[in-house]
Amino acid sequence: MRAQDREALPGDLAIWIFIFAELLVFGILFAVYAFARSAHVALFNQGQALLDRRLGLANTLVLITSSYAVARATEAIHRDRVQACGRWLLAALLLGSLFVGIKCHEFARDAQAGMNLSHDLFQMFYLSLTGFHFLHVVMGMAILAAVAAKTFAGGYRAHDCTGVETAGAWWHMVDLVWIILFILVYVLR
Amino acid sequence: MNFRSQLVAKPYFVAALALFLGQILFGLIAGFQYVDGTFLFPAIPFSVSRMVHTNLLIVWLLMAFMGAAYFIVPEEAQTELYSPRLALATFWVFLVAGALTILAYLLVPYSDLAAATGNAMLPTMGRGYLEQPLPTKVGIVLVALSLLFNISMTLFKGRRTSLNVILVGALWGLALLFLPAFYFPEDTVKASYGWWWVVHGWVEGDWELILSALLGFILIKMTGVDREIVEKWMYVIIAMTLISGIIGIGHHYYYIGAPEYWIWLGSVFSAIEPIPFIMLIVFSIRMLLKRRRENPNQAAMLWALGTPIVAFLGAGLWGAMITLAPVQYYAHGSNFTAAHGHLAFFGAYAMVSLAIISYAMPLLRGRVANGIAAQRWEMSGFWIMVISMLAIALALSGAGIVTAFSQRMGDHPLSFMDTQAQEQVFFWLRELAGVGFLAGLLAYLVSFFVPGEAGYDAAVKRALS
Repeated sequence: MRAQDREALPGDLAIWIFIFAELLVFGILFAVYAFARSAHVALFNQGQALLDRRLGLANTLVLITSSYAVARATEAIHRDRVQACGRWLLAALLLGSLFVGIKCHEFARDAQAGMNLSHDLFQMFYLSLTGFHFLHVVMGMAILAAVAAKTFAGGYRAHDCTGVETAGAWWHMVDLVWIILFILVYVLR
Repeated sequence: MNFRSQLVAKPYFVAALALFLGQILFGLIAGFQYVDGTFLFPAIPFSVSRMVHTNLLIVWLLMAFMGAAYFIVPEEAQTELYSPRLALATFWVFLVAGALTILAYLLVPYSDLAAATGNAMLPTMGRGYLEQPLPTKVGIVLVALSLLFNISMTLFKGRRTSLNVILVGALWGLALLFLPAFYFPEDTVKASYGWWWVVHGWVEGDWELILSALLGFILIKMTGVDREIVEKWMYVIIAMTLISGIIGIGHHYYYIGAPEYWIWLGSVFSAIEPIPFIMLIVFSIRMLLKRRRENPNQAAMLWALGTPIVAFLGAGLWGAMITLAPVQYYAHGSNFTAAHGHLAFFGAYAMVSLAIISYAMPLLRGRVANGIAAQRWEMSGFWIMVISMLAIALALSGAGIVTAFSQRMGDHPLSFMDTQAQEQVFFWLRELAGVGFLAGLLAYLVSFFVPGEAGYDAAVKRALS
């Protein structure tokens, strides 16, 4: 990599504006969650006890690993290794599906336990935060799939890989938000 | 203008401006009725002047959007419109139906109008903005279907640009989101749901997509910036609009009998609704800075730059100030909401309509741009209208704040009419600003009658001097 490449923002400027807007949205949601929790500590503790931390932890590890795969994909395309880039993107996509599978299993379990948006404040926050994040994972997977397809079709090269970097930046954001969400909602009691 | 069939946009734009003038006149009547409640009573009571004011707004904006679609879709698709004749016939149907509806509001008591038009069979009348009698509502659907058929066929037979797909898709959304207007159950909570699906779905969702498509088109044409860059910005803006706007509908569900979680979801998601407007500002300024040519139509550029800024102030800032549930608890339905409504509708949808008219009308009249003198009239109109509308919003905000403090907070709240009496000074200021707005609109309209034209050579000369 040349010096000037390292200094430039990876990916497209528009995606960074979008990422900051999204981080702002999640930031507001987290702040409101913290505010509500401090006002209803007992209720939130009781609600959090219903969650299975193992499932949350498993999903955290899955997403971090998928972020690693995306990073490898970006590195591969910088070295012009198109096939390797495509394979790493597929790996990330597979791990994304695993996240979706685990999360769906968890939602089903929650539904069986009678959780819903109207039951109490904690369940409202838990379901809307994870549900909103879930939609971001699905959207991220759609982006990864599109970029992977274009990679295998030979659409990217080392000097022209903004698409891969853009998808990577978005996916890392989805991962980062989950890590905070996991700690905030599952771990901190 | 590259295709003959784009000419059908012209009657739409002319009618839009005529209806706009009508809207402002009825606005002045309604505004004066705040300071003198018996003004024009019983010929035009407040309920009627207000209804005519808001319904004319909807009709002229729809006229302008349709005109814009008939102008832009063929240009983007690089082909003639599928059926210019159908577009022209649709125009007359819409204009006559709109005029008859307004006349009926003015000449027939509303309850008699409801009885005469089959409202008992399928009740749809009575909710704000959606007061139209059943035949008019059905007419709106048919007009929309005719437009959609025409522009979709044009889209399919020509070049499919992202901008065109977004515009045509958003117009489909406009038509589909009108359908809940036919859902008016007796349950007031459900009736409110149906009402907001239309009103919020339009102005805080779908219309924002139309807004960014129109703005994107104008900026591509005027600045010569790569289409790819413009479209990328549009995607990001649209994604943010939908993320904030869809769940943001919750801010209409507070305290009406909807589940309590809407207080949280509505507050958080509507608080981020200003973001797409901030993005629109950044987008248009960046495009202007990256421009590859000087367009001689400086007035259109002024509208295109002014739109996102005033839209942000009205829709973004003024909306955000009253959107949180605890604030709304005291501000609900006060003149603060009216301030937000005025500045948002003007900044976002009236101004983008005037922007596309400003860009397209000279081309439709066979010139690149109007002469310098005409543009001076138009730009004076721009500034007088924008400043007057800001004054209207500030005056109404003052009245709204008085309502919140005097009528709704404290141990000894005033009655409604006593509070209104306290707010007289704001209502006078609003009416004065309204007269200013009319003056601005007249200056703007004068610009259409000032002869002369400007070409690229004039723009180059101006840039060099």
